[in-house]
Amino acid sequence: MTTMPTTFFEWVFFLLEQYGWLFLKGAFVTLMLALVGTFIGCVIGFIVGIIQTIPVAPNTGKMKKSFYGLIRWLLDAYVELFRGTPMIVQAMVVYYGSMSLFDIDMSAMFAGFLVVSVNTGAYMAETVRGGINSIEPGQHEAATAIGMNHYQTMRKVILPQALRNIMPQIGNNLIINIKDTSVLNVISVTELYFSSKSAAGVYYKYFEVFFITCVIYFIMTFTVSRILRLVERRMAGPRDYQLITYDPLQDPCGHFQVPLAKNRGESK
Amino acid sequence: MIKSKAILDIRGLKKNFGDREILKGIDFGVDKGDVVCIIGPSGSGKSTLIRCINFLENLTEGAIVFNGNNVLETFEDLSLYRTKVGMVFQQFNLFNNMTVLENCMVGQLTVLKKEHETARQTAMKYLYHVGMADYINAKPHQLSGGQKQRVAIARAMALEPEILLLDEPTSALDSEMVGEVLAVMRELAAAGLTMIVVTHEMAFAREVASKVIFIDQGVIAEQGAPEVIFKNPVQQRTKDFLARFNQNN
Repeated sequence: MTTMPTTFFEWVFFLLEQYGWLFLKGAFVTLMLALVGTFIGCVIGFIVGIIQTIPVAPNTGKMKKSFYGLIRWLLDAYVELFRGTPMIVQAMVVYYGSMSLFDIDMSAMFAGFLVVSVNTGAYMAETVRGGINSIEPGQHEAATAIGMNHYQTMRKVILPQALRNIMPQIGNNLIINIKDTSVLNVISVTELYFSSKSAAGVYYKYFEVFFITCVIYFIMTFTVSRILRLVERRMAGPRDYQLITYDPLQDPCGHFQVPLAKNRGESK
Repeated sequence: MIKSKAILDIRGLKKNFGDREILKGIDFGVDKGDVVCIIGPSGSGKSTLIRCINFLENLTEGAIVFNGNNVLETFEDLSLYRTKVGMVFQQFNLFNNMTVLENCMVGQLTVLKKEHETARQTAMKYLYHVGMADYINAKPHQLSGGQKQRVAIARAMALEPEILLLDEPTSALDSEMVGEVLAVMRELAAAGLTMIVVTHEMAFAREVASKVIFIDQGVIAEQGAPEVIFKNPVQQRTKDFLARFNQNN
């Protein structure tokens, strides 16, 4: 039998050797929960944002108006409810509640994805609303004036601009989710924290194990944060543009992005 | 319902913001090919009036009649009506996330459901008219004010509307750029386009308008041919306004 490690770092390497795979699997689950949860949360947020900003046209019927009113009230209730309660409690209520109330036996993992998505959606709904409000009203007006309806206006004009403005907030949510999915250990989702707890229990080496966990969490959040920065820069688009110096109407091949010899080298 | 040849008829238009009456009953008609210039002091309701015409503001009372049909009764969806009544804004309001060409195509593609190639050709045609065909790949923030406004005119024209509404199209421009936008508007007028222009450019109104409407405190104080309004105004407040105007320029 090999001798047991003695120093702190010996323990760290020993645990990594023994439970590296467990840590990796946990980290993967954590990352998946955060990515999928944030993505679905964003989708929910965008949908809620679009619905909440539907304008009332002069010839909108009474029925339609009260219908919109009801939907809006329900969405408000959703946002307040899920923003106003801790995710750890939501996990318990959703997981055990679905079982005892509706007799739905969902897997812990599914409940985890559900809770993270719905929770993020509530926050994103407010973020998207803020993003939409940040776009000058002239943009919406111009789109309305050329006959675009609310959905077309949102999809083509407002949301692409709003998305750029709320990118930092989406990044924030993703990073928060990477860390906060750790609360899902209460319903036995095998994410990084849960896996670490299992590993720590074997040798009672809590500090060493959670030191490793700490490093893994930080690597994940830091990488994500840098990648998001890159995405943001990419979304800003190029600062220059090319003049079209020939007659595009006479060119049967179209006119997009013709690399003029003199501009080719200096566009960056 | 209607006997006149008016393409657009504004009837008893009233608009309140809260308790404040902005427009207190406006009636006028626009015939095909007319260039109607709306002048008047700031805060008189000129912009509100032109915004009411394509329902960017809800009317409090009255009706807009387009080609003999009450718009709110005949158009279940205002989108179709709005494609026939183009709008150019004081602040340009080009879509910031799109290039010049995309700005002129998006309405054709999403609202009129045109083919991409047809839409591109129409867009290019009007960008040519306004002299912006070279800039199709530029984003709005890379253009000067005058260029933006010319693209905005091309964007509105790309839907081939029957009427073009222009809400103080040169008021946000440096004086050196006013000329290039007015030149485009002159050309459109010469080509026979029906236009309603809210403007402070009296020289333009005098030269191009077929009818001038002077609005003061929410009512039409005086209307008529430009020669009459500018040379021999009847109403005292028209005289005062024009006198003030000539003083400042």
